[in-house]
Amino acid sequence: MSPLGAMERAAPLLEIDHVGFRADGRTILDGVDLTIGEREIVALVGANGTGKTTLARIVMGCSGYAPSSGSVRLRGQDLASLAIHERARLGITMAWQEPARIEGLRVHDYLSLGRAAFERVIPLAEALQRVGLAPDAYLDRMLDKTLSSGERKRIELASILAMRPALAILDDPAAGIDLASVEEIAQVIRDLREAGGSVLVITHVDAIAQIADRAAYLCGGRLVCTGDVREVVARYRARRCVVCDGEACR
Amino acid sequence: MSVSSKRFLQVISSFVPDAATLADPTTPHLLLDGHEVLSVQGIPGVEVRADKDGEIAVAEIVVAPGAIVVPTIHTCIGFLQAREIQRLRIRVRIGEGASARLLAHCLFPNAEQAEHTMDAVVEVGANATLRYSEGHFHGPIGGIVVSPTLDVRVAEGAHYVSDFSLLQGGVGRLRIAQRIEVGANGVAEVTARVSARGHDDVRIEDELVLSGRASRGLVKTRVALADDARAAVIGITRGCAEGARGHMDCMELVRDRAVARAEPIVEVSHPLAKVTHEAAVGTVDQAQLETLLAHGLTPDEAIDLIVTGILR
Ligand SMILES: Nc1ncnc2c1ncn2[C@@H]1O[C@H](COP(=O)(O)OP(=O)(O)OP(=O)(O)O)[C@@H](O)[C@H]1O
Ligand SMILES: [Mg+2]
Repeated sequence: MSPLGAMERAAPLLEIDHVGFRADGRTILDGVDLTIGEREIVALVGANGTGKTTLARIVMGCSGYAPSSGSVRLRGQDLASLAIHERARLGITMAWQEPARIEGLRVHDYLSLGRAAFERVIPLAEALQRVGLAPDAYLDRMLDKTLSSGERKRIELASILAMRPALAILDDPAAGIDLASVEEIAQVIRDLREAGGSVLVITHVDAIAQIADRAAYLCGGRLVCTGDVREVVARYRARRCVVCDGEACR
Repeated sequence: MSVSSKRFLQVISSFVPDAATLADPTTPHLLLDGHEVLSVQGIPGVEVRADKDGEIAVAEIVVAPGAIVVPTIHTCIGFLQAREIQRLRIRVRIGEGASARLLAHCLFPNAEQAEHTMDAVVEVGANATLRYSEGHFHGPIGGIVVSPTLDVRVAEGAHYVSDFSLLQGGVGRLRIAQRIEVGANGVAEVTARVSARGHDDVRIEDELVLSGRASRGLVKTRVALADDARAAVIGITRGCAEGARGHMDCMELVRDRAVARAEPIVEVSHPLAKVTHEAAVGTVDQAQLETLLAHGLTPDEAIDLIVTGILR
């Protein structure tokens, strides 16, 4: 490997360094180490309730989700003292597993939020088209409970696409998406990388995990392994888990 | 139009974007400054009358049966004084099969120790439609007690849509009391939106009576409170006939030291009627807030957007 290549690899975008999290006297995450490189897609897999969303919230800096131990760094900068919007302004954003509905907010306005925070290049209409929604039919809709669950998930993804973030955390982006459209979602994730960003994608869908450069397998709040997607997913499917011996992650 | 009404209009125009249309002879209107009737204007199919009965202004707006009124009927009611009492009795009648839109501008820009009381009877005739919007513009002090009382009768097959908004200036003390009775196959959609701060005190009492077969009604209330403001929203919906469907939807967003209360009461006296309600009283939703923060908005910007959204 060339010295230049080695240097690039030496500067990961995100470093999750031995992160632990306790809530209600219970350990939810325990010594999680994970790095994400520039323009890298990392898939996070694991059973329900194993701590994936919790890890995402810690990276985003959500209220009540300061790590009990360890640290999170973006391009070497410790994020501990930064609030969500400050992290967003550094280029981190998140598509939520169950995106919030906001009364009286037009889809158009939602997609154009925070122009100051992110460098935008994708027109809003195009962002909607890429997630399979006709702009004419959706730009004037409200981001409220009148949207179906799949529509809301797609709009969430379009809003991330429109932001062109340095790091997009996507929490189960294919949940509620119809069977025929999963490839569309996969393409959006590739588009995010194409635009220069990195992606941490939490998923239960094989076709989404397979587009990642690497995968990480979480069980009972501990990282079982990271590495080649096929190997990690195969190991998860076979419950070859060093954390719980295949008991908890079934 | 007299000189004084022109002056009143001039003040109005800084609050009401389309005030110029009031001078148009094709716009039916009623202009009331305190108890003084400044101007009334009817058009074919729309009669507008107003007079003084002692210390009470009495007005009537009548839309002829079958009339489809294209221009919006405007009423501008208010006063420019700091200390004033305004009492108004108004009757609005929409004839059978008619259709009209009524826009009420209520302006109290300088009120410090003032009172505005309105007693309204609104009759929407069979198969008629009335869209009624009442927008209040209060001054920064909000030294006013505003008490609108409405008795609304929505006849068979009629459609009544109302929207009360008090979003600009200090609310003062607001006391809305309205009773809406809906006949067979009639529809009533009643919305109130209020933004309260400082020591504002809001009380909204709605009674929706679904007395006709297959009548339908929706009562929607949105109140945003900050500082030391208080609000109580007391709603009762009665489903009294076969196929009657009612819903109450109350949301009160509370910040700072504000206190909000919601009391939705549901009463069903016919086995084939159904009334539902939802009430959400509390601070800004954390998930909504974090969604906006993750898009780079500051906490203040995010809260503003959520509050504006619910009042929209
Ligand atoms: N703030 C909290 N307080 C208490 N418990 C919490 C908190 N946040 C998460 N948990 C618990 O931590 C565990 C992990 O939750 P998390 O949402 O991270 O799971 P997940 O891996 O995302 O699951 P899924 O695949 O179902 O989305 C759950 O048991 C959850 O109840
Ligand atoms: Mg989750």
